[in-house]
Amino acid sequence: MLKVENLVVAYGGIEALKGVSLEVPEGKIVTLIGANGAGKSTLLRSIMGLVKPKSGRIEYDGKELIGLNSQKIVQNGITLVPEGRRVFVNLTVLENLKIGAYMRQDTEGIERDIKRIYEMFPRLEERSWQMAGTLSGGEQQMLAVGRALMCRPRVLMMDEPSLGLAPLVIKDIFNIIQEINHQGMTVLLIEQNANMALKIADKAYVLETGKLTMEGTGQELLENPDIKAAYLGKKKK
Amino acid sequence: MDFFSEFFQAITNMSATSLAQHVVNGVSLGSLYALIAIGYTMVYGILLMINFAHGDIVMMACYFAFFGITVFHIPWYFTFIGVIIATALLGAVIERTAYRPLRDAPKNSVLISAIGASFLLENLANYLFSGRPLRFPDIPLLSSNIEVGDVQIQAICIVIPIMTFLSLWLLLHIVNHTKIGMAMRAVSKDYEIARVMGINIDRVISITFIIGSALAAIGAFMWGVRYPGITPMLGVMPGLKCFIAAVIGGIGNIKGAVIGGFILGLGEVFIVAFFPQLSGYRDAFAFIVLIIILFYKPTGLLGEKTTEKV
Repeated sequence: MLKVENLVVAYGGIEALKGVSLEVPEGKIVTLIGANGAGKSTLLRSIMGLVKPKSGRIEYDGKELIGLNSQKIVQNGITLVPEGRRVFVNLTVLENLKIGAYMRQDTEGIERDIKRIYEMFPRLEERSWQMAGTLSGGEQQMLAVGRALMCRPRVLMMDEPSLGLAPLVIKDIFNIIQEINHQGMTVLLIEQNANMALKIADKAYVLETGKLTMEGTGQELLENPDIKAAYLGKKKK
Repeated sequence: MDFFSEFFQAITNMSATSLAQHVVNGVSLGSLYALIAIGYTMVYGILLMINFAHGDIVMMACYFAFFGITVFHIPWYFTFIGVIIATALLGAVIERTAYRPLRDAPKNSVLISAIGASFLLENLANYLFSGRPLRFPDIPLLSSNIEVGDVQIQAICIVIPIMTFLSLWLLLHIVNHTKIGMAMRAVSKDYEIARVMGINIDRVISITFIIGSALAAIGAFMWGVRYPGITPMLGVMPGLKCFIAAVIGGIGNIKGAVIGGFILGLGEVFIVAFFPQLSGYRDAFAFIVLIIILFYKPTGLLGEKTTEKV
């Protein structure tokens, strides 16, 4: 569904991505793991049209995405749950959801989707009129996911959803990711929490300083001794 | 304290009528400052830049009114609407030509471009309309005096606060209860994520300039009726003071700009009223208040503390 080919992105003279190729098949969870500064966020930002790649292709449903602005990309059904959540702290919870549907004109459909998201996250409904800045980290993450779903995406990209959250909350978030995926959503998940991410991933890639160094199913990478040593904190035997 | 005894004497000597007179003057001047200050604060809230050309937009609006009424003999109420539209367009054009091409440039470049836009407008006005002061067209309905009890009040002094209140109400309604207002608040908080939501940032910024300039036009028209001399440098001092009003209130905050405007307007009028010997310093008042307030509250009265984004 989403295909990245030989993507090169440079900030100034420094290449953050040095020819990355990966594929996100429809209906699957694909995860990309890697250390800080490996270029994971840069990849998502390029797909979202926030960064202009130097070369390479980003293909979505056979269409080239490079050169389109973010608005067009959202319209095509790709959305991002950004790193650090970045909900609009000066807007209410309800407004945050509404702004996720900014491109849509179908008032009734929007109302229905808000209800659906409140069913998914009852805690958000209780806090509907609160400023998003007053929510806890976990609640903000739920809101960021809900906000992203409001544009009725076909591909949901998530950047470090577990960042800064308590272990129990992280578990909740991963359950939600799986649930959304079961409903048919394609997910591209970026994580430093490799253990959790690999467990739910259909397909996984490892990114190291701008290059993909490994790929396989989530299970394969979980059992790979190099990955265990580098990302899962287990010693090589 | 010689100073304070004089002050109390001034108050005790003042009759109720002249006190009422000063309050009315102060409120109307404060309202004008508030209307113009909102333009500074809205642009800052979204672009984090100071639109130095804003004061000159006020000046251009006065010339538009002059041409509408005095030169083309259009009735003043139609001119008033025309001035609002023309000034709003001017604001949008300035944004389009002077600021939008620098959207991804360092902030200093935009600031310099703003100063350039300001000089351009001043010199353009000087070139086109000459530096000779023109007289803002007389609108008898607004400029005549009416009597309330013993107090003689110029009709415009009553119109100004009412118009300001209505404009402010409309503005707050747009910002807080419409889709475009929601987008403005979102853009002002997080530019990039607003883009990811599919918001057209350029359009939101254009609309911000249009609204800010329209408010400035309303202010300018009433300013002209009250203080009828028009020169190309007309916008400089009010522009500076309204910028200060926005900073005092906490730049980026609309209500703060209004409060700042009233503090400066009332303060300026009272200083002249109570200390006639200090009237030469009336323009310095704004700066002194600015220094004092920033000393105690660096982010202004209603300003938020800025925290590092994680």
